[in-house]
Amino acid sequence: MKIAADRGKVLSLLGLVLFGLFLWWATGHWDPFLLRMLRLCGIYIVLGLGVNVVNGLAGQFSLGHGGFMLVGAYTLALLTLTPEKKEMCFYLVPCIAALRTLTLPFVVALVLAAILAAVVGFLVGAPALRVGGDYLALLTLAFSESIVVLAFNIMPITNGALGLKGIVDYASVWWVWGLAILAIFLTRSLAESNYGRALKAIREDEIAAEAMGVNLFYHKTLAFVYGAALCGIGGALLACINSSIEPSMFGFYFTFQILVMVIIGGLGSVTGTVIGAPLVTIMLEALRFIDNPVQLGPIRIPGIIGMRMVLFSTLLLMAILFFREGLVGSREFSWAGLARAVASLGRGKKQAG
Amino acid sequence: MTFAVFLQHLANGIALGGMYALLAVGYNMVYGILRLTNFAHGDVFMMSAYIAFYTWLVFGLPWYVAFPVTMVLGALLGVIIERAAYRPLRQAPRISSMLAAIGVSFLLENIAFVVFGGRPKAFQRPPFLDQVFSIGSVSVPALTFVSIAASVLFLLLMSYIIYRTKPGLAMRALSMDSETARLMGININTMISLTFVLGSGLAAAGAIIWSLKYPQILPLMGALPGLKAFIGAVLGGIGSIPGAMLGAFLLGLGEIMLVAFLPTLTGYRDVFAFAILIVVLLFKPRGLLQGKEVPKV
Repeated sequence: MKIAADRGKVLSLLGLVLFGLFLWWATGHWDPFLLRMLRLCGIYIVLGLGVNVVNGLAGQFSLGHGGFMLVGAYTLALLTLTPEKKEMCFYLVPCIAALRTLTLPFVVALVLAAILAAVVGFLVGAPALRVGGDYLALLTLAFSESIVVLAFNIMPITNGALGLKGIVDYASVWWVWGLAILAIFLTRSLAESNYGRALKAIREDEIAAEAMGVNLFYHKTLAFVYGAALCGIGGALLACINSSIEPSMFGFYFTFQILVMVIIGGLGSVTGTVIGAPLVTIMLEALRFIDNPVQLGPIRIPGIIGMRMVLFSTLLLMAILFFREGLVGSREFSWAGLARAVASLGRGKKQAG
Repeated sequence: MTFAVFLQHLANGIALGGMYALLAVGYNMVYGILRLTNFAHGDVFMMSAYIAFYTWLVFGLPWYVAFPVTMVLGALLGVIIERAAYRPLRQAPRISSMLAAIGVSFLLENIAFVVFGGRPKAFQRPPFLDQVFSIGSVSVPALTFVSIAASVLFLLLMSYIIYRTKPGLAMRALSMDSETARLMGININTMISLTFVLGSGLAAAGAIIWSLKYPQILPLMGALPGLKAFIGAVLGGIGSIPGAMLGAFLLGLGEIMLVAFLPTLTGYRDVFAFAILIVVLLFKPRGLLQGKEVPKV
């Protein structure tokens, strides 16, 4: 058992090194578009994990993660923009004095983005987690949409609907994937720790979990704060990669899009999110050909703008209706499991032969 | 603010509340029976507005034909959604049906973008609605009267169906205890379809009135009224029909009065509704009317 665990660690390390080599190769050979896609995949993994910890692991249906992403994105943008750029952005209403000349290094801003999102997560979660089910979903949705409306209206801090422009793209492939891998390992460890077991117990049966001595409020809030922090980091990276942000980016549909990635992968599974987030990201991009005209021999089918989203939402609905488990269900990847699968595959072949 | 201006705001608030109420009733009927937050309700509203636009202004039917046709088609859309997306998930965990509802809403909006285009379409009014009535110093457009009258009429009709007819009785029985109701010989599927017919029909009526009042129709026009109506439903007591009406009227009035009395807070108009939702869910999750003996539908 011990040896198997050690072997697993060695293999994980080996996998990481290989992936690192791949990233190194990709940064040298891929064009900017592909690199952007690569970075987006990493960011969506971080965001997906943030959503999955709350919705999947703890089973608390929350639709409020857009608000936390907004907090992360705005924190990073406001703390890294230079005073000159801020002056260019805030031409209608001047920025408040405290922020006007403040420029911090990227790392500090990123940490603060995570902390601030976590604080907001606590402020939302602590009262909201008293209710469950649909009510929690609605409450978190209301909180999140309120954050968006506030961002539209507090002009001296957020610049309202004009948004913030000229954010420097600090989110290199290394930063994004480094953080994504860190998030994957942290979330896996969380899921396998006592906390994770308590969260799963709450998901399966809240009353039974409480009777067993699980502190409901503490564990639910912990999951919520951790998820919010991840969303804050993801939002901050997204601000970098987009170079400009405005409040409506972080509305309900963005949260829903992240939730879709989590569900396609498998609710409650870290592995699922790691597969689902890149899959949906790439699919959304790959479906773009539908919006363009297609030449089929002599017949020219005119492209219909928006058809891509119709197809995407149809696929999504099909997935929800007929494919409820997602790709991996709530299972997790492990080297031992992979070895077993390979072994059984080999046996199957031998029997067939 | 003079008394006359106050009365004008009052009329506007009641008119807005009436529109919310038409939508809120549909939310509460569905929630009462299926325990499902029907996120697609606002998009049935949007689709109905487009149906009204096409039947009346494009195909040129007279409005008194086009509007009933719109209500019928809106009701049909509701039934189709239930058949296709909610019925397969009836035994599934509630998180799945909620996701399906959001998925349907997403799909309808995208279809509307493709079919009708993202540019707003201008709705028109039958000319008699533009007349302005003056009572003393209060001048109210005919549209406000008509929209209040139509909302109240439809709400009364709905109350009659739910509380005075046999199908209504069956629906109330279902929402109290669907298992027992089934054992008493009530056909659950028919009754659920009927619920969607009535709820979506009312939403279509609401959409027509809304489009007459705010004559710009857009693929995303249903999202905010839908959410507000839902908040009204929660405020009144989720699952209760009179509660939905009361809550929706209060919310409409509150919104108009907030803007009227505190114009500086106009940008926060939507936060007001969300704040109500948050406060109600945290402190009185059963809403205003649920404390009393109110039958849930």
